Amino acid sequence: MYSNAYKKLVSLPPLLWVGLFLLLPYALMLAHSFWAVRDGMLVRQPDLHNYVTLFSKPVYAAVLVRTMRIAAAVTLCSLLLGYPLAYYLSFHAGAPKELLYQLVIVPLWVSYLVRGYAWKTILGSEGVLNGFFEYLHLTHGPVAFLLYSPFAVVVMLTHIYTPFVFLPIYAALEHIPRTLVEASEDLGAGAAQTFLRIILPLSIPGLLAGATFAFVLSLGDFLAPLLVGGASSTMIANVVQSLFGAAYDRPLGSAISVGLVIITVSLLVLSERLEKRWRYQ
Amino acid sequence: MSSVAANSLDPASAVLLEVRGVAKRFGTREVLRNISLTIAEGEFLTLLGESGSGKTTLLRLVAGFEEPTAGEIWMSGVRLDLLPPYQRRVNTVFQNYALFPHLSVRENVAYGLRVKKTAATEIDGRVDEALRMVKMQEFAASRPSKLSGGQQQRVALARALVNRPLLLLLDEPLSALDANLRKQMQSELKALQREMGITFLFVTHDQEEAMALSDRIALVRDGALEQVATAREIYAHPATAYTARFIGQTNLLRGEILDGMARCGAIEWPSDDPGGAAIFSLRPEAIRLASDAVALPGTARFRAALQQQFFSGASELLEVNCSGQLLRVRISARGPLSGEHEFVFSTADAVRVQE
Repeated sequence: MYSNAYKKLVSLPPLLWVGLFLLLPYALMLAHSFWAVRDGMLVRQPDLHNYVTLFSKPVYAAVLVRTMRIAAAVTLCSLLLGYPLAYYLSFHAGAPKELLYQLVIVPLWVSYLVRGYAWKTILGSEGVLNGFFEYLHLTHGPVAFLLYSPFAVVVMLTHIYTPFVFLPIYAALEHIPRTLVEASEDLGAGAAQTFLRIILPLSIPGLLAGATFAFVLSLGDFLAPLLVGGASSTMIANVVQSLFGAAYDRPLGSAISVGLVIITVSLLVLSERLEKRWRYQ
Repeated sequence: MSSVAANSLDPASAVLLEVRGVAKRFGTREVLRNISLTIAEGEFLTLLGESGSGKTTLLRLVAGFEEPTAGEIWMSGVRLDLLPPYQRRVNTVFQNYALFPHLSVRENVAYGLRVKKTAATEIDGRVDEALRMVKMQEFAASRPSKLSGGQQQRVALARALVNRPLLLLLDEPLSALDANLRKQMQSELKALQREMGITFLFVTHDQEEAMALSDRIALVRDGALEQVATAREIYAHPATAYTARFIGQTNLLRGEILDGMARCGAIEWPSDDPGGAAIFSLRPEAIRLASDAVALPGTARFRAALQQQFFSGASELLEVNCSGQLLRVRISARGPLSGEHEFVFSTADAVRVQE
């Protein structure tokens, strides 16, 4: 058995790491959210005025609602792409399964920024998609809504987060014993019934985990609106960024961040609870 | 290798399942070769074989989880191997039960009826009846994970039987249970089969289980049928040395028949079998101590030195050496023995088998 001194020694680095890079920043953020900026100077007098501002100015609520709608759209699209893909790979791909799996994972090795720029090239007014539409004589002149719109943000984030949604669903599907599928068929259920009654219910924990990934990661995203979103799709993280930067109002930015952390943690807790309810083995 | 296809027990009973020249290949691996087999209505037939012999594959072909590479399977005048599993009037009890973990015991049992859109009132009645049959009514609301192995086994049985299949397939259903429970489930299974009159196709690697339960045993070896017969017949008249060894214990005596005498080492007896090299199967219990037996015609005698004696309650097993040939003898318990003894057996019990 390990000695107590040894146990203390090996737990020190992770504790230090978590303390220094997680707990301390959160504590600073929380503290900032109660402070204020006057005449370009940080005033360390705790009160709730930042939170009052958040609730009284409708612009923040509006941005938050937009952010959540975009995150919800990304979640839905990633599920609609990721689930069928995971299902096909797990149950019907046969021999090329490993190769296809790698192909789904490969985009994760490519820089987020590069993928963002790729979408800019595809969706732009001189872009690949517009060129293609004109070539087919479907449109005359560029279609404007493709780039610098919430649509573009949803497309780009869906592309980026679909593998994150795919992975937990795939893992859940792989864990379903194949004899359960055989038992279902044996008892008279065709493919559709077997999917709806057996496979789908047993894959719900993976589905919830994937949806949580997509939603939470989208909620905090600020690069996609910056690259392909334009002014019409400013998200909550962009507001935080500008408050910390140009606006030099770290306290208000911190207050928004605290709100975002609360929303995120609540979502994670909710998702964890739901996953437990749907876990059987 | 020979395959002796015995006819069904009761000539009046109709053939339910007929397997005609079925073969199965996975890639280049030949798992089943030219299997032909019939099962009569109401029969309890066991596919017995070592792991990897192909017995489970044969079961899966009947269930519809695999397609035969060659041959046909017929059931009650219907070409079974062309139907998907969900259209076959066959149900399976899986080795690990394969109960649906997200459904209660009642929902598990009702599953087959529900997917076939049976009327709700009928489902209730039949599920209750099936649960009563396996004595699991009180667990109707439980999830499978809350049940013991034996209870899960019963639910799996009810889930299959509630559909009133023409043929029930059982894939080593008792192998996960401990010895005592297995004995109890064996007797329940047998009683259930008699009561319901459903035809059972049972897969096991346990020869004792096969003998205890089956009307007939089909011994599977390396993807082919070695012998198909009743348990008693297969035990008394094994066709091959493999069968004799696999089913029960035996002594295989290798020797030859020459001028009307069978000679295996120092043991010899008159035989009117055709001459040539020969293998005989002689069960340990067919050999007795000469001092215990009255001299009768048609017996052979040999002297052998006792090497080991294993006491097992009502009987004991002796390992004896007859001029370098090792034999096993099972006698009723009689206390410690030693030295050289004379043994006797009825020559009719030395069954000539093929290699």
